[in-house]
Amino acid sequence: MKFIDEYRQGDIAQKLAEEIAKMTDKPLKIMEVCGGHTHTIFKYGIEDLLPPNITMIHGPGCPVCVLPIGRVDDAISIAVKPEVIFTTYGDAMRVPGSKTSLLDAKASGADIRMVYSPLDSLKIAKMNPEKQIVFLALGFETTSPSTALTILQAAKDDVKNFSIFCNHITIVPALKALLDSPDLQLDGFLGPGHVSTVIGTRVYEFVNTEYGKPLVVSGFEPLDILQSVYMIVKQIVENRVEIENQYGRVVERNGNQKALEALFEVFELRDYFEWRGLGSIAHSGMRLNKKYAAFDAELKYNVPGHRIADPKACQCGEILKGVKKPWECKVFGTACTPETPIGSCMVSSEGACAAYYNFGRLSKIAQRSA
Amino acid sequence: MTESFTTNPLFERVEVARRRKRRFRDEQITLAHGSGGKSMHELIEGLFLEYLRNPLLELLEDQAVFEVGGDNQKTKLAFTTDSYVVDPIFFPGGNIGSLAVHGTVNDLAMSGARPLYLSAGFILEESFAVADLRRILESMRDAALEAGVQVVTGDTKVVQKGGADKIFINTSGIGVIESPANISVSRAQVGDKVILSGTLGDHGTTILIARGELDLETEIESDSAPLNLLVEEILDEATRLGNIEAIRAMRDPTRGGAATTLNEIAMSSEVYIEIYENQIPVREEVKGACEILGLDPLYVANEGKLLAIVSADIADKIVERMKQNKYGQNACIIGEVNAEPQGIVAMKTGFGGTRIVDMLVGEQLPRIC
Repeated sequence: MKFIDEYRQGDIAQKLAEEIAKMTDKPLKIMEVCGGHTHTIFKYGIEDLLPPNITMIHGPGCPVCVLPIGRVDDAISIAVKPEVIFTTYGDAMRVPGSKTSLLDAKASGADIRMVYSPLDSLKIAKMNPEKQIVFLALGFETTSPSTALTILQAAKDDVKNFSIFCNHITIVPALKALLDSPDLQLDGFLGPGHVSTVIGTRVYEFVNTEYGKPLVVSGFEPLDILQSVYMIVKQIVENRVEIENQYGRVVERNGNQKALEALFEVFELRDYFEWRGLGSIAHSGMRLNKKYAAFDAELKYNVPGHRIADPKACQCGEILKGVKKPWECKVFGTACTPETPIGSCMVSSEGACAAYYNFGRLSKIAQRSA
Repeated sequence: MTESFTTNPLFERVEVARRRKRRFRDEQITLAHGSGGKSMHELIEGLFLEYLRNPLLELLEDQAVFEVGGDNQKTKLAFTTDSYVVDPIFFPGGNIGSLAVHGTVNDLAMSGARPLYLSAGFILEESFAVADLRRILESMRDAALEAGVQVVTGDTKVVQKGGADKIFINTSGIGVIESPANISVSRAQVGDKVILSGTLGDHGTTILIARGELDLETEIESDSAPLNLLVEEILDEATRLGNIEAIRAMRDPTRGGAATTLNEIAMSSEVYIEIYENQIPVREEVKGACEILGLDPLYVANEGKLLAIVSADIADKIVERMKQNKYGQNACIIGEVNAEPQGIVAMKTGFGGTRIVDMLVGEQLPRIC
């Protein structure tokens, strides 16, 4: 396919991998922050191509994976209300709450519908004026602008039966929290691609200046990722610490002004937001501001709002921080599988555990370390 | 082309868990139980088989094959049934009527049978337009004519509005097996080739787009088609070459897609199947739609394609013969059967890596970013 196949050529990949291997044999740990990158890395077996001294650490950038159990329970408590049509992206359907998932709630009779965009949800609201339509808003700056634009549209059209249960998060505070974490030994970062189309690359400039780590914003095709790894390794061997942009075909330094304006218009930062596995991170979550509070499902409905600890056997926390590899978790692939997930990393196809389970069980990297 | 894998304790630990027969513990039916993937297998093996078990049913083939008649005049028959609830009922390339004929004809054909007679049961929702019913029946007639079968018995029920969604059709079919071929998902052998009759993912992608929720416009059509004549040609070619035994397994990869079908074969036959991404034909439009929707064509339903496991010595000749049939023009070899690791399907990616191709879990859900 034009414009896709060019980024998936095996022979070029081989050459790039050889170039990377030539540069250094120093052990290097590079974290891909974004779940989309994790998915690509496993789907195309990129770790098998990389020289053994380079380890990819899978970061916390899968929004479904970091959704804490308590928030899933809150979502279900709204979804089961008889007057509610609950709408969500497909990924979130199977995330286990403390007792059930949205998929179970749907089977029990709750009106839960999968949508591809919050605008579809708004459309459902307009078609069902006697019902309350709630959208499970979820994700980083990749999805939050479309939520923001939907809220602006709902306000403009004066839609009264539409609200969002907002779980939007923002990547920069999480990155800071990771960099401050003492048990983390990283040599560089692959920066998120689609998030950066919105927020730009300038926001990462603390990573090199304050923490002395290189970061390369990367695209999602396998060659994008290999090239980005090459760029990071090159920085390291040349003793440079810079923010570079491999994904120049869509990412600009200042981001997308229109999208940012929409975000600033409708959202404000929460003081704290809980991330599964990482705990509470200051100023990392977003909610609707006062002006748009009428669309906030958390204010419309009484949600339990309990904090619920992850199951003891589950090591999603360590995996999200990149301290452990999926296969080092005791329940990986035995008690915890994509069909009966215990932790959220096994649910989304962008979760490190699901990606590894689905694609990577034969990969050489796991063979080496098992 | 295949390298052997050295399995390790982790891989084996996961495999033991993966093979474990799960008890069916679900308390209610979810949509995942109908998606053709793992949940459906659990429902069938853990519940239906529990109550209705018999030697024919427990083979879990897409059709039952049995003999009737006295000692001197035994006739081998194939028998199958399928219900059709597709939404929307009309879609590019067909409608629920043609699908109901093709699906059942194909399930018969995959056993090597010549389909003869179908039954058709209709569940109609009150207020359903007769003009639509007419269009559906027209398609059923044309589809039956092309496949050389007749609808010889039927049933009609009308339920009140809301009791069903417009129209559901069940068809059962009976066919006669005249060829001495021994076709079964458990007969794949090391060294065999995997043949695919054409492009993957056309039907499922068409349906998803025809639902109109995605605002995508493409030219994709469903591949819904009868495959019995293609199967006849495959068996004829093998007979001509004096090697009917070479045709080991045939299945049409409908719900759950080619990935799920290949897993069924790998598990039943206790073999390792490796496929090559570069060899798998997928239409550009389907590739594009799947790329946008975050779907994998390997898991998308087909209604006019078959996968055949054929002994390597005549695989090329079978492919050549298939290409002469209207529904096998893009036939090709997409992989081969090896010994280890047993029960696994993997794909050599165009990128140079190898990845597992597991059965579909739950419904194939689009990714959000």
